[in-house]
Amino acid sequence: MANGAPPPSFPSRKGEGGAEPLLSVKNLRVSFPTHRGRVEVVKGISFSVGKERLGIVGESGSGKSMTGRSILKLIRKPGLVTADRMEFDGIDLLSQSEKQMRSIRGARISMVMQDPKFSLNPVMTVGEQIGEALVTHTRLPRREVNERIWAMLDSVRIDDPKRVAGLYPHEVSGGMGQRVMIAMMLIPEPELLIADEPTSALDVSVQAQVLDIIDDLVTTKGMGLILISHDLGLVSRYCDRILVMNSGVVVEECAAGELENASHPYTRGLLAAMPTINEQRDELPVLDRTQWAGT
Amino acid sequence: MSAIELNNVDISYGDSKVVHGVNLDIAEGESFALVGESGSGKSTILRAIAGLAPDWTGGISVLGRPRTHGIERRVARQVQMVFQDPYGSLHPRKTIDAALSEPLAINGVGNRGERVAAMLMAVGLDQRFRFRFPHQLSGGQRQRVAIARALMLEPKVLLLDEPTSALDVSVQAEILNLLKRLRREQGLTYLLVTHNLPVVSFLCDRLAVMRHGRIVEVADVALLKQGKLVEAYSQELLAATEGIVLVGTPS
Amino acid sequence: MTSTRDWLLEDSPTSLWQANAGRAYRVFMALLRNPLSALGGVIILVLILTAIFAPWIAPFSATGQNLKARLLPPSGVNLMGTDELGRDIFSRVIYGSQITLTIVGLVALISAPLGLLVGAVAGYFGGWTDRLLMGFTDIFLSMPKLILALAFVAALGPGINNAIIAIAITSWPAYARIARAETLTIRNAEFIQAVQLQGANPLRVIVQHILPLCTSSMIVRVTLDMAGVILTAAGLGFIGLGAQPPLPEWGAMISRGRTFILDQWWVATMPGFAIIIVSLGFCFLGDGLRDVLDPKSEGK
Repeated sequence: MANGAPPPSFPSRKGEGGAEPLLSVKNLRVSFPTHRGRVEVVKGISFSVGKERLGIVGESGSGKSMTGRSILKLIRKPGLVTADRMEFDGIDLLSQSEKQMRSIRGARISMVMQDPKFSLNPVMTVGEQIGEALVTHTRLPRREVNERIWAMLDSVRIDDPKRVAGLYPHEVSGGMGQRVMIAMMLIPEPELLIADEPTSALDVSVQAQVLDIIDDLVTTKGMGLILISHDLGLVSRYCDRILVMNSGVVVEECAAGELENASHPYTRGLLAAMPTINEQRDELPVLDRTQWAGT
Repeated sequence: MSAIELNNVDISYGDSKVVHGVNLDIAEGESFALVGESGSGKSTILRAIAGLAPDWTGGISVLGRPRTHGIERRVARQVQMVFQDPYGSLHPRKTIDAALSEPLAINGVGNRGERVAAMLMAVGLDQRFRFRFPHQLSGGQRQRVAIARALMLEPKVLLLDEPTSALDVSVQAEILNLLKRLRREQGLTYLLVTHNLPVVSFLCDRLAVMRHGRIVEVADVALLKQGKLVEAYSQELLAATEGIVLVGTPS
Repeated sequence: MTSTRDWLLEDSPTSLWQANAGRAYRVFMALLRNPLSALGGVIILVLILTAIFAPWIAPFSATGQNLKARLLPPSGVNLMGTDELGRDIFSRVIYGSQITLTIVGLVALISAPLGLLVGAVAGYFGGWTDRLLMGFTDIFLSMPKLILALAFVAALGPGINNAIIAIAITSWPAYARIARAETLTIRNAEFIQAVQLQGANPLRVIVQHILPLCTSSMIVRVTLDMAGVILTAAGLGFIGLGAQPPLPEWGAMISRGRTFILDQWWVATMPGFAIIIVSLGFCFLGDGLRDVLDPKSEGK
């Protein structure tokens, strides 16, 4: 997969979800108390996701990860999440109890985290963990569960699913671990997948493989995807639509193909600051941070 | 004279050999990159040159003189290293001033106050950072301190171990500019370890592609820029990078 | 007042002295925010002040006997009553604080640096040095503290100085273990490799770069252990191997009071209270320090 196939051109599926978004968020705010009072890390952002691939890009401290976590209500006290509206498929997420959230998490909205090493249980085999994700949300006979596990591992392009299902997390490589995570997150067939920096712990060649798998599954199953990343290039390749965040606000929203025509100075600055393979510039342009009240 | 010369070097960690028969010749004033994926042995080579991976065979010469396996005072004044993680490479209980004075104190160099002030200026840090602790600095500022510390002894060669991979894109640009400027001003030789080909394109003259502890290809950066690396594996790396790097180059 | 505070909390200090003072001030303020640790701090402060000003606070002499006033219950004149030789127990408890503080201070001063050094050297060099030093440490650790202290005092002869030496000798191994564990986690840190690359010799790396990172956990541990040290000292005093009469050592006072415990309860109880309060004070302070000095919370 990593051997230089040209970037596949995906048909834009923007129109499909446009009528009735899967998730719609209005005026989302996340704040944490510090000794200098409450500090907002997400300052009133609004967006909606249909059955499409939405990318959220930003640098560290931009609030992108907090946005992803607040959708699943994973922000622990004393962090505070407020929003005018946070609706998933007609369900008001804000009013859901912790117990109700548990039946949504995993089953209907899944999340893939950055490092598989910390997300996998070290004393359970890969197969058991994937099976666990399945049986907590559905009732199936044991045989069928195993069949589903192998089929899932196969669909994340693991060559010998039966063998890998019996391995423990420390016995698999980083790229394979992340694929196992994806299998685990996708086996209950959620409608929305949130991937928070799913590949930044991986090598470049493996990165492309993992993202291709996510992309393939999301496309064929007709799911929604929120891809959170610091990497503009990656997001522009794998998403339909992009939100650029900077210090808690969305500074730019555009279709992925039009990123080069981005208008906000922050986005333009980020684009220009990236070196390229054929780099001719003697000096890289540097962001003038004073312009956006950043740190 | 070559700044660094590796002659058929094998490096082991414990029982496993991680680098096999590497030959390298880096000229003085050159900026050379070692690229490859994790586990390819590129960082291990850097550590062996610095003296942090003493279990090697073959020959390593620094500025024309063979070095021993451990850490040497002579080498310390000629070769310094910048680490990957700006959060782990500064002592959490020491001020920036203390971190920068330490190499001078160890090597008995006088006039420390002025040297520290001058070096802060050279790496673009304001004097008000001087007595702060590392936790009061951002990642980019810490990396500037780490570079400053490496330059305090006025070395000829700087070993850079993924110096920007833990930083944000915009901060990476600042640090890359700084490294480029320092090299020009002080005539430094760089040996850069990275997996990021665009960074190589910006900062280096030549590169070596590594895989499984062996050097696959040594090439001029001009070839990288034109996408004309010879070996299949180099092309694979290039393709994987290009898939993710923006297709259109911003002007 | 405000200007001093601003100077301490300045984000960009202009000297090393200001930077360190600012850090100490932040630790101090964080300590005060926790009521229990503040209480512990106050108790220890009172102990120190009492020890310093004992001659002025105590209404009577600690050793002056008055056989006509034997075993009087607490009253307005003798706040805590008198003992079997007619000595004022309140005054003896006050003077006893000097002895307690001496024991605690000297034990900390001897055992903590010794443990730190042994642990750090073992952890830094590893290999045979480590095995040798830690084997030696384990021998000490494997024996019950009080029994070991007893053996030392029995060999050296009873008395307060020998009790201090015995307690110090029995408490350093625990510190060596902690220091070694900390050193092992720090040893391969990049900032240690950086100073090694600058050509620093091992002594300098250990003393200037590793020990400062071990000290905060050491301070916490020593503070928490102080309660145990006081109790061990009291225990030695109780069985007559610690401070010798007529020194007003709290443990020895309890020991003499136990004969009358049923009829004259105050003789044994009052010094007992002193021991409990001071031990608690050290525990509270230690717990608070642990929260404040924890390197993981640094920078928040």
